[in-house]
Formats: sequence, structure tokens, C-alpha cells
Amino acid sequence: MIQVISFYLFASILIASAAMVIFARNPVHSVLWLIVAFFNAAGLMVLIGAEFIAMLLVIVYVGAVAVLFLFVVMMLDIDFAELRAGFIKNVPLGLLLAVVLVSELVLGIGAYRAGEVKLGVPDGAAAVTEMPNTEAIGALLYSKYIFLFESAGLILLVAMVGAIVLTHRKSHSAKAQNITSQNMRRPQDATRNVNQPVGQGVEL
Amino acid sequence: MIGIEHYLVVSSILFVMGVLGIFLNRKNVIVILMAIELILLAVNINLVAFSAFLGDLTGQVFAMFVLTVAASEAAIGLAILVIYFRGRGTIAVDDVNRMKG
Repeated sequence: MIQVISFYLFASILIASAAMVIFARNPVHSVLWLIVAFFNAAGLMVLIGAEFIAMLLVIVYVGAVAVLFLFVVMMLDIDFAELRAGFIKNVPLGLLLAVVLVSELVLGIGAYRAGEVKLGVPDGAAAVTEMPNTEAIGALLYSKYIFLFESAGLILLVAMVGAIVLTHRKSHSAKAQNITSQNMRRPQDATRNVNQPVGQGVEL
Repeated sequence: MIGIEHYLVVSSILFVMGVLGIFLNRKNVIVILMAIELILLAVNINLVAFSAFLGDLTGQVFAMFVLTVAASEAAIGLAILVIYFRGRGTIAVDDVNRMKG
């Protein structure tokens, strides 16, 4: 019973906040509603026993992505009222298309429920065992999916380098390393450590 | 009792919300990026629901990869947005025609 109640609670708040994300006037409010949506999606995932993905949603989406969105929305000085021109004009057609799409999808799910659609059967290689969820995912991730896991890390690295390269501005006042002059440097130009004898002149 | 169909309906409604967001906020690229995040969240809910109800953990592993791609996409998208705003002073994406492509 408590499961059913919490499912409907999480699901309704999730859908309502998703609607607020796209209908909110102020993009800052959109980001905040997005955070609410992510928390409720995490709740939905906890309900079916996917704790690891739920915590990952909270950490990655709320902790990183939403904060990134907030930074950008607040940092750029954008006239959002101008960007909403044509919003009202598009609403009727958009809602119509959305209703059509939802009903088609729900019809498809109904066909799946009717039993005629054969889904693939799990081969048992990644079957749910007695282990806790996080432990089981870790065992799978570091054995069968190790190369995919490594390439996920590579994707994140490329994204990080790309974001830095795109937004980095060269500053004229900052001192930087000059690699050419470093490589052209010769030992005779360099400082020497001389054990200077007493009573003799200094060689310059 | 809550079955897989409930989760699939929720995720399809969420997916359509994302598509509607892209359709309605065609000028505001920030909201478009947020709508893409909603779509990817719907995909994740779908993957996790199938994984839980079919008793196979692969879906949850792939939900993690989807999450990775979503995070890097948001980072790159917002970086492009920032340099676009620096050059143009606006983020209206429906007149992106500088390259005449």
C-alpha cells in the first residue's frame, strides 16, 4: 500500500515539475523545477530497488548538471522575455502533438501488456542476485562492462577538455611558459655553480 | 500493485514533456537543453524499470552510461552557449545562420 501511494506521489510530482520546467517564465525557476523532477525520479528508482542509479541521479544531476545550468543562467545577461515570443502561438499545436504522442506511446505499452509482443529474455549473465544493488552493479561494471566503463570515463575527459578549450579566454596579463625559449636554452647561457677559490678574481 | 506499465507510462509522459519543451521554447536554448535532460531522464526511468522487472542488471549499467553522456552533453552544450553569447550578445537560436549552412 505504502509503495502504491509513494509511487503515485513521486510520479505526479515528477510530471508536474517537468511541466513547470517547460512552462516556467523564468529559466532560473525552470532549473529549480528540474531539480525537483530529478529528486522525484530518484524516488521512483528507489521504489523498484535501483538505489545506486537513484543516488547517482541525485549526485550527478542535482549536484553537477543542475548547478552548471544555474551558473550559466545566472551568469549570462539574457532578455528572456524576448525569447518567449511565439510561445503562446505554439501552445495549441504543441499540446495537440503531445497528446497524440502520449496516446500512441500508451497504446504501444498496452499492446505490450496484452502479451503478444515478445521481449528478449534475459540470458541470466547479469541476473539479480542476493547481493546489494550497488555491490552487484559494481561486480558487473568492473568485469563484463569494464571497457564500456573506461570509455565512459574517456567521454567525460573529452567533455571536460572540450568545455575548457571552448570557454577559455587568453589573458594578456598572465605569465605563461614559453616552450621555445626553454628548449633553445644552452648550458653555457645558464647559471653555473662555481666553487670560487679564495684570492682570485671572479670570472664573469 | 505497481507493475512495469506504470513506470513505462510515467516515462513516456516525461519523454513527451521533453519533446513539447523543445517544441515550445524554440528560441531559448537553455530550456531546450533542460528539455533534453528531461528526455534522457525518461530514457533512464525506462531502462531502470525494465531492468528491475525483468531481473537483469544490465539496464541499470546502461542507465549509468546514459547519465554519463547526459552530463558531458550538458557541459559541452553550455560551453557552446557561453561562447555563442559572448559573440552575439543573445542566445536566440532560431537565427543561427552566420555560417550560412
